[in-house]
Amino acid sequence: MSAPALPLALFAGVDLWIFACSFVTVIITIWMGFRSARTSKTASDFFVAGRSVSVGWNASAISGEYLSAASFMGVAGMVMSSGYDALWYPVCYACGYLFLLLFIAGPLRRFGAYTIPDFAEGRYDSPVFRKIAVCFVLFIGFFYTMPQMKGAGTTLAYIFPGLPYWVGVVLVGAVITLNVALGGMKGITLVQAVQYWIKLFAICVPVFVLMSVYGFYGRHVEVNDGRSIAPAVGLSAPLAAAGGPEAPIAILRKPLGEKAPADLAWVSPFGPLTTKAAKTAGLSAEQARPYSLLYTYSLIIALVCGTAGLPHILVRFYTNPDGVAAKKTTMWVMILIGVFYVFPPVFGVLGRDLLPELYAATGAKGTDKIVLELPRVLNEHGGVWGSVLSGITCAGAFAAFMSTFSGLLVSMTGALAHDVYGRMLRPKSSAAERMFAFKISAVVIGAIAIGLGAQVEQLQINFMVGQAFAIAAASYFPLLFMSVWWRGMTMQGAATGMLGGGLAALACTTIINLSDLKIVDLAAFWKVNPLLRILCEQPAIWTVPLAIGLMIGVSKLTAATIPSDIRMKMLVLHAPEKLGLKQEYIQEHSAGAGH
Amino acid sequence: MSPSPSPQERVHSEEFLHTLMRRQLKLSVICAATFLVVLLGLPLANYWAPALMATRIAGFTLSWLILGVLFFPAVWAISWYFIRRSIWLENDEVAQVQAAQPEVKQ
Repeated sequence: MSAPALPLALFAGVDLWIFACSFVTVIITIWMGFRSARTSKTASDFFVAGRSVSVGWNASAISGEYLSAASFMGVAGMVMSSGYDALWYPVCYACGYLFLLLFIAGPLRRFGAYTIPDFAEGRYDSPVFRKIAVCFVLFIGFFYTMPQMKGAGTTLAYIFPGLPYWVGVVLVGAVITLNVALGGMKGITLVQAVQYWIKLFAICVPVFVLMSVYGFYGRHVEVNDGRSIAPAVGLSAPLAAAGGPEAPIAILRKPLGEKAPADLAWVSPFGPLTTKAAKTAGLSAEQARPYSLLYTYSLIIALVCGTAGLPHILVRFYTNPDGVAAKKTTMWVMILIGVFYVFPPVFGVLGRDLLPELYAATGAKGTDKIVLELPRVLNEHGGVWGSVLSGITCAGAFAAFMSTFSGLLVSMTGALAHDVYGRMLRPKSSAAERMFAFKISAVVIGAIAIGLGAQVEQLQINFMVGQAFAIAAASYFPLLFMSVWWRGMTMQGAATGMLGGGLAALACTTIINLSDLKIVDLAAFWKVNPLLRILCEQPAIWTVPLAIGLMIGVSKLTAATIPSDIRMKMLVLHAPEKLGLKQEYIQEHSAGAGH
Repeated sequence: MSPSPSPQERVHSEEFLHTLMRRQLKLSVICAATFLVVLLGLPLANYWAPALMATRIAGFTLSWLILGVLFFPAVWAISWYFIRRSIWLENDEVAQVQAAQPEVKQ
């Protein structure tokens, strides 16, 4: 099929219900952005929303920003393609917040700074360190925008079947970039909060309808028992006998394709995802198991620690009025996203039984679009409800990648405008100049993100997000964790550890992407070295200890350079706000060089 | 050292910071340990007891049920406990400092 020459051809094969729902979501998002653009004027409004957002709004907004295309589309797609192992993704995405809550949220808020680079500079009194920290906002950000762009391209390619993948990426990217350039974060807080509720609605309503027609979640897992691979369409007879006296709905199951993983491998731990490297190397199932265990642990570390180091999430903690509110917000975030994450795997499981055709396709037409397409199977019962529900999930997908991409764009633009321009290039620039710099930065970063996003059609959404987490886990997480709890840290130690761990993770993930996109051919090498492939694909298991080890080692060596007012800094981080130490610290600091 | 240091000195003393950080870190570590036992234990259970973890409950395998559904409420329980305790700790610290010299503001 060639690209459509006429705008009319674009609409060939478009389901109007789906189009209408998505269109409304986009319009609402843009409208809210523009509306709040009028009310946000000062630079402080743009960066952290004036620092006064209530716990409920803030928790919804953080959840809205966090639930990206990976959560909305990627998790379901990966559960469908890889089975049990992919469940670690939603679980760790949600539970990573616990680490954030336990070790980082409260102290970070008390210290009070606009961004992570602000924290890095304030904690070590070092403008140099700020520059290093800024780089990682951009590294992690770009890795995180790629899967969002793939989500955008996939969704548009689904709504307009004639549209090439890259056009969707460009279109959505341009709209969001414009929105951010005009609205800033004040708009985003409101938009993000509303978008959480859109996403929750969009993911759970279709699940309930689908389950009421095609059978309960558990029963769809149940049919994957290895006995039922026969090309039969219905399995109702043996299941009704086994499942109890009144199994109400027969579980229909379409024949799996060639490329689908077998039932037992799919439903059991250590399946296709974690054993891939070892299988490629020709190891037997028994020999492959230790490798998959290693893979699983490395994945867990990357996701749990990575959540606690995502720059676009951390910046939101500064919008809490105090440390207690920061903790309460985190608790509510965990509940909100935990509820959400129960649903995407259901799509994956139902999709395996009802829509196995997707296993045969790749790129934008593969399993990553299961959430969008699955509700349409209801149309075979007549009526338009399948299309309406599919329209709702498309709207949810739009909400997902638009909100996360906006959030990333704001924090990356903030880094560029606030840190690079406002602090390094033109420290004496006026407020108006800074606002202008913010808008220009937004456009530049948006353009780069679109360019990168157009390249990654063949990579799985969820996998790419995992890579962003792996980089965050090896750079920001050790930095924040150690800076908050160990007073012996020096700037040199922090910088070496963050650079060592972070760059190692960055190098590994880049190599894997280049090789998976077939830009560099390493297939023969991976075949001989399955262990290296795993350590490269999921580097967190060695990069996080490396970063922490370097931090401790180098800090011990440079112990003479520990900031002289370290005790005061630690007090500000850990003492309750009611003691009023923060005010004291600022006065002391602006009066002169500490003690 | 004078027998009764002023609250200002008390807050800025090495001892106060030490106690403060230790109490909060202890709470965090206890909660984190509980969480990690479950999180890191599940792959081990899958590895060493695959037959047990493949037991079917309401259609799910035991392992799937734990990871896909039951994990979330468990984490909420841990975080609820943590927040309650940590807010209590903060109030306690403030009360201690203020008790040392009542005429301090508030």
